[in-house]
Amino acid sequence: MMHILLSRWRQGHRTLPYPKELPTLPRRFRGLPKIQAEKCPEGCRVCAEVCPTEAIHLGAKGPEVNLGRCLFCPDCSEACPEGAIEYTQDHCLSVSSSEDLIVIPGEAFRRAEAMGAELKRVLGRSLKLRVVSAGGCNGCEVDVNVLGTLSWDLGRFGIQFVASPRHADGLLITGPVTRHMELALRKTYDAVPHPKIVIAVGACALQGGPFFRQDEQLGGVSKVLPVDLFVPGCPPHPLTILDGLLRLLGRLKD
Amino acid sequence: MSSQAMRVILNGQTLLLGEVPELPIQAFRDAILEGTRSGARLACLCAASDLRLFAVLAGDAEKCLRVAWTRLDGPRYPALTPECPQAHLFEREIAEQFGIIPEGHPWFKPVRYHLPWSDQPSPWGRDANSLPAVMDFFKVSGEEVHEVSVGPVHAGVIEPGHFRFQCHGETVFHLEIALGFQHRGIERALLGGPHPLSLKQAETASGDSSIAHAWAYCRILESLAGVEVSSRTDRVRGVALELERAANHVGDLGALSGDAGFLPTASYCGRIRGDWLNLSAEVCGSRLGRDWLKPGGLHQDLGPVMATHLGPRLAQAWTDTKDAVELLWGAASVMIRFEVAGRLEATQAREIGLVGIPARACGINVDVRKDHPYGPYRDHPIKASLAESGNVHARAWVRWLELIESQRFLADSLGALAGSDPDPRVGPLPSLAADSLCVSLTEGWRGEVLHLALTDGQGRFARYKIVDPSFHNWFGVALAMRGEQISDFPLCNKSFNLSYCGHDL
Repeated sequence: MMHILLSRWRQGHRTLPYPKELPTLPRRFRGLPKIQAEKCPEGCRVCAEVCPTEAIHLGAKGPEVNLGRCLFCPDCSEACPEGAIEYTQDHCLSVSSSEDLIVIPGEAFRRAEAMGAELKRVLGRSLKLRVVSAGGCNGCEVDVNVLGTLSWDLGRFGIQFVASPRHADGLLITGPVTRHMELALRKTYDAVPHPKIVIAVGACALQGGPFFRQDEQLGGVSKVLPVDLFVPGCPPHPLTILDGLLRLLGRLKD
Repeated sequence: MSSQAMRVILNGQTLLLGEVPELPIQAFRDAILEGTRSGARLACLCAASDLRLFAVLAGDAEKCLRVAWTRLDGPRYPALTPECPQAHLFEREIAEQFGIIPEGHPWFKPVRYHLPWSDQPSPWGRDANSLPAVMDFFKVSGEEVHEVSVGPVHAGVIEPGHFRFQCHGETVFHLEIALGFQHRGIERALLGGPHPLSLKQAETASGDSSIAHAWAYCRILESLAGVEVSSRTDRVRGVALELERAANHVGDLGALSGDAGFLPTASYCGRIRGDWLNLSAEVCGSRLGRDWLKPGGLHQDLGPVMATHLGPRLAQAWTDTKDAVELLWGAASVMIRFEVAGRLEATQAREIGLVGIPARACGINVDVRKDHPYGPYRDHPIKASLAESGNVHARAWVRWLELIESQRFLADSLGALAGSDPDPRVGPLPSLAADSLCVSLTEGWRGEVLHLALTDGQGRFARYKIVDPSFHNWFGVALAMRGEQISDFPLCNKSFNLSYCGHDL
């Protein structure tokens, strides 16, 4: 018993002061991409060509990055001869609709909006989520799990992961939805009582991630279920996931 | 004919296909049977197009691998499994991927529930809509015997799989595990590669073992391209792998503690695991080591300034880890739970070809870093961490001993890297050797990760085989549960903590 108390004293109180203060992110953290299209040489397609998931499309205003596909690898920023594309430290990446996943140069990035007033009245103070991995590599899963540790202490926001869909207000889904998980995912969704929400976490759950070309998967959650929140990343940083959840609950404003 | 008929190959070596002995099926079988009888492990048995079978035996004591191949006359051959149980899942996989039937297989069931890649019909008469775990399970019948079925969607934040227990009251007679829900088609995606996405797919084969798989993949490409990386690059890769191991071991010790209801270690380790992951994130921007390695070198380097900066953070993470984990060993109520649960005998472990933590927990002295040393482990050897009793406690204890070794390696390496200048950035690799075979092994935190590549006449992948340690070890969970209380399943399962997607690929 003495040892436990001594450890308690040595380890101290370590829950992050977030959202009052932002935790320090690693210096090489790759968050929201910033595109300076005015630097792009005429006809240059380097970033689009090196992107392994075809996340970059050259639009009218310059390179557009689809965060639904983006694995946040440094390939494009390293390949660009002019430094026109770079990752910022901005971890707020979640959006409410798949159209908002596209980062267009010169246009404001539309972050996730709060759920509607009626849904917020029902779920806003107590949100119970059932997690389903539908082909996730255990990357997103472990960083979702981290939110339950005492560093992040998800419970203080009224959010909890529960063991049964029947106890849940919604699903948090990772993975590209493998063909082999489609039925189990649909059944789990059906078992959640109304009103319910769906949160897709990670590049796979958004649009198939590194497996987007494979027939063995369906290309993301929205191919199967209506999605209320998209959280980009491969895997998203726990802070990015928590930011998305809090925005959905209307607890964070820009 | 014996395993001497096979060709000796070192970890990461490339051979021209012409240099790999082609044996008649009888001699091929004899070589594997004789080799495994005299202590070698079947590290890989797989099929490739045109009815070819390839085998890799690992002679861990003699520190070498042996390879051979055979060409079948038709899509069937006499199964090895009745005489060599560790072949059981490999032979089922061969049947599923290529429609080649191992005749006389005693446990002939699908592995991932997909159709053969070739035009062969499904050996089980399944169609494209067949789902995993829809099959006949082994059944115990009798008065008061009941069946418990769990999954694919489990109660925790965990990957999907189906578990079918045959129970008598609390006691589990038998557990059958049906996986395949996570199948994303990685090996099929790698055909014709390397593609721009291949490295990302290797990193996500089992996403908590990104470095172990990325490193195995990089070494395949480097060997086939005839490129050697610098010893400094190897050292940085070693840091990446040992950080991955440390983070996962800390997380597992915390989770095991939580499963035994001992909350102090569980809650501290949950946080401290993040401190280890954040060290990786400092170097490569990703907590899981994504985009750290790349074929030919490093995607992101660990320069002297960063090595100096990481030193004190490593020391702090280690101090906190020791404090949290030592509480666990002092908690009698936890120790008694750990010691009575999930025992596996060493003979069973050898027969089914266990690797990694569960093997070492039975006193089996295998560790790729020691037996088939690669990269930094040639000059900076790692001691294999062993325990004897084969139970949950032994698997937890092996993790703790490995943490001590990893921490030592990390402190030494960061010290060395603090005094050495970064390597120049590497360009793309030259083209890969044509018509060649390369086998690359790394020791991930769960155990042996094997990648095998076969190139065609243009140096593209004609076959790429990935064997995650979980592929060898899932059957160990089933055996460890025999005679146990079903309520101990979470604890037993966590003590293995195997990968679903690493198995399902």
